[in-house]
Amino acid sequence: MKQRAAADLSGLPTFGHGPRSPTWWGTLGFMALEGTGFALAAGAYLYLALSWPAWPLSAPQPNHWPGTIVTILFVVSLVPNHILHRYAKQCSMVPVRIGLVVMSLLGIAPLVVRWFEFPALNIYWDTNAYGSMLWVLLGLHTTHLITDVGDTIVLTVLMFTRHGYSGRRFGDVGDNVFYWDFVVLTWIPIYLLIYWAPRLG
Amino acid sequence: MSSADVTGDRHIQEPDPAKGDLAPEREGPRDTGMDDASLHRWLERTWRTPSGIFGALSSVDHKVIARRYLITAFVFLCLGGLNAVAMRIQLSGPQRGLIGPDLYNQLFTMHGVTMMFLFAVPIVQATGIYLVPLMVGTRNIAFPRLNAFSYWIYVSGGAFAWVSFALNMAPDVGWFAYVPLSGPEFASGKRADVWAQMITYTEVSSLAVAVATIVTVFKQRAPGMSLDKIPLYVWAMLVTSFVVVFAMPAVMITSTFLILDRLVGTHIFNPAEGGDALLFQHLFWFFGHPEVYIIFLPATGMVSSIIPAFARRPTFGHLGLVLSLFAVGLLSFGLWVHHMFATGLPKLGASFFTASSMMIAIPNGVQIFCWLATLWDGRPVIRTPLLFVFGFFFIFVIGGLTGVMLASVPLDLQVHDTYFVVAHFHYVLIGGSVFPLLGAAYFWFPKISGRMMSERLGRWHFWLAFIGFNAAFFPMHLVGLWGMPRRVYTYPAELGWGNINLFISAGALLFFLSFVLFTFNLVHGALKGTSAGNNPWDAGTLEWATSSPPPSYNFARIPVVTHIEPLWAEREALPVATGLRVDARELLISTVAEAYPDIREKSATPSIWPLLAALAVGGTFLYSIFTPWAIVWGAAPIAITLIGWFWPKGDPEDQE
Repeated sequence: MKQRAAADLSGLPTFGHGPRSPTWWGTLGFMALEGTGFALAAGAYLYLALSWPAWPLSAPQPNHWPGTIVTILFVVSLVPNHILHRYAKQCSMVPVRIGLVVMSLLGIAPLVVRWFEFPALNIYWDTNAYGSMLWVLLGLHTTHLITDVGDTIVLTVLMFTRHGYSGRRFGDVGDNVFYWDFVVLTWIPIYLLIYWAPRLG
Repeated sequence: MSSADVTGDRHIQEPDPAKGDLAPEREGPRDTGMDDASLHRWLERTWRTPSGIFGALSSVDHKVIARRYLITAFVFLCLGGLNAVAMRIQLSGPQRGLIGPDLYNQLFTMHGVTMMFLFAVPIVQATGIYLVPLMVGTRNIAFPRLNAFSYWIYVSGGAFAWVSFALNMAPDVGWFAYVPLSGPEFASGKRADVWAQMITYTEVSSLAVAVATIVTVFKQRAPGMSLDKIPLYVWAMLVTSFVVVFAMPAVMITSTFLILDRLVGTHIFNPAEGGDALLFQHLFWFFGHPEVYIIFLPATGMVSSIIPAFARRPTFGHLGLVLSLFAVGLLSFGLWVHHMFATGLPKLGASFFTASSMMIAIPNGVQIFCWLATLWDGRPVIRTPLLFVFGFFFIFVIGGLTGVMLASVPLDLQVHDTYFVVAHFHYVLIGGSVFPLLGAAYFWFPKISGRMMSERLGRWHFWLAFIGFNAAFFPMHLVGLWGMPRRVYTYPAELGWGNINLFISAGALLFFLSFVLFTFNLVHGALKGTSAGNNPWDAGTLEWATSSPPPSYNFARIPVVTHIEPLWAEREALPVATGLRVDARELLISTVAEAYPDIREKSATPSIWPLLAALAVGGTFLYSIFTPWAIVWGAAPIAITLIGWFWPKGDPEDQE
């Protein structure tokens, strides 16, 4: 088939931040499906809680303090996270490196406290269905936390190499910021469900 | 049309990003003004899949991956079909002793699992992997390595299930594996674990493809392909992908909960310890009903591609068809409880789901009438693909009618778990999906192989399939109404179901033979078919603008779209865009709604890491049915392979 030139693309940039980039949309897609998973797990908890009048099945209340500390750490981490986002958009190397180191540490810190959250649930996963659901919800979020912290650390190392001087890598930093927001955001309902829902009954 | 129409006179740029700490942009040769022969040489060198076994295993070309998917899914179709043939031989007369109850349980479970998870979903997604990038006019799917990864996960999950079958370890609890039957108390051994992990495998694969498809449609459309010019098939794949994104996590949650109950002693589905068995059904069918539409919606997209090509006019009611797709996608999430009418749900809830089950017939009806109107107003050319579309109309409408019947609770209670239901869902699934798929095979085979399939054999194939299908499945309605339950390995002679079952088995054999003929036609066409040329049907969408089979880079220059059927609107010369680099895998990223050109982005190069990552993930899944520690031990290889996958290797594609 014959062709005729109708548009010139040569002046276009080679990368873009946020919704201009396909990676951002891919991240959003994974958030959507993982968020659905969270919602369904939370729905399963509520389904069981509403099915059984004796919920939480005469289990002792969980100690909320480790979870509350994790929550505070998460909320605090949002500030440097968004400062990092601003520098990533400007493709500014030194502040981005500092920001990534800070965010790696702010990812490891809640992970350490998370270790103490499991015993603070005051019930095992195989005691009864209430215990199972608490472990499932906490485990599901911990998987996300570990994955994202691992991802952040690898990206931090990458930005200290020569590969970092690339618009797409700065875009990756932006998407990492975006995903951390998701990890924090999904935690809030799970925190309420694990530690405060049993106190309602 | 000037380039200003396509690019839009507007300022899309953010503050110039080039000011940051960036390596200077590398310059490379562009396609502007390049003659066709050198353009082909450059692009072929840049985009080809490397040779050798290592190269083949590293391929990220969407067409190569899709071809593997199609062939693998076809192999699973044959295996699942052989399951069915074995069951039909056993049921062809009362009290036959060919197959015992234990093997029979494995057979019908493997038949369902294979057809749903290893054939139907993968093959519709594979068709999308092949066609969507071509139809939107781009050079590769978004996230090509993720796409390659999805294939390896899929094939290893399928192999896992079938190796288990060979080892007499196949799941035997039905394709939906209800607890408590599949729970730790009643399903000892590893069979139910195989079900649970196989589900998780295939859903990971399917979710990955869904995300890649969504991003391809949103961000990689050719300039000018604004929302109103997206082909209906692409719309169908987009809506399907969204349904996958919101439905598949439910079955992953279900299978994970099940394996936790079985493996580490959680009590999620155990009513004795505060769990609930019905929760399994809710979670499963929250996925399971949309699943039907995951299979059906792409098929409607295929029908919407085939009909205009043979009716010789654009589809009637394009907007109505798009809106119907949306409506069906949304409503598909409101129907799941109609699979559970026999569980004693509250009456009000059941009535709600009856209403929504009847409501979904409305957008489906709109679709059927739009297609009929297109044919009515066109000058239809009856070729094999169109014959299969007619078969689809006939069979699917019957399946839809029994569906409306089953939506009513009293009738559903009466025929629950009988062959009436078996007949209904085979009419819906085979009529709604397999017939359009067969039509699509005849329609797009020339594009994929460069050769035509035999028209004469195609007609024989159609009539054999149509008669065989109806002979096998229509009598099942009757025998179901007479009370024959599904999933029984035999029945006593006194019930008088012998003759009709023999008839059904004969129909099944005929239907099976139609697939033998189809396979012959495929192989014969691939080896000896007449050459197809670029556009054998004179169809209007972009996949027909390139050669058959398409080159590794799909289009020498990215087409510019001016009409819903671009090739019909631009018969003299196809408008194209220029200015992309030819020494690196550059493709065009456009804006979501208007498809204005926005970014020249690099597409990923071939890599062996997706295969290694799939092996790490697959090994972890497999090991996890024996010990939960597998998740801990598997984490390290998974992490290593993922880092290897994403770490830049210094290709031009990794820069900028």
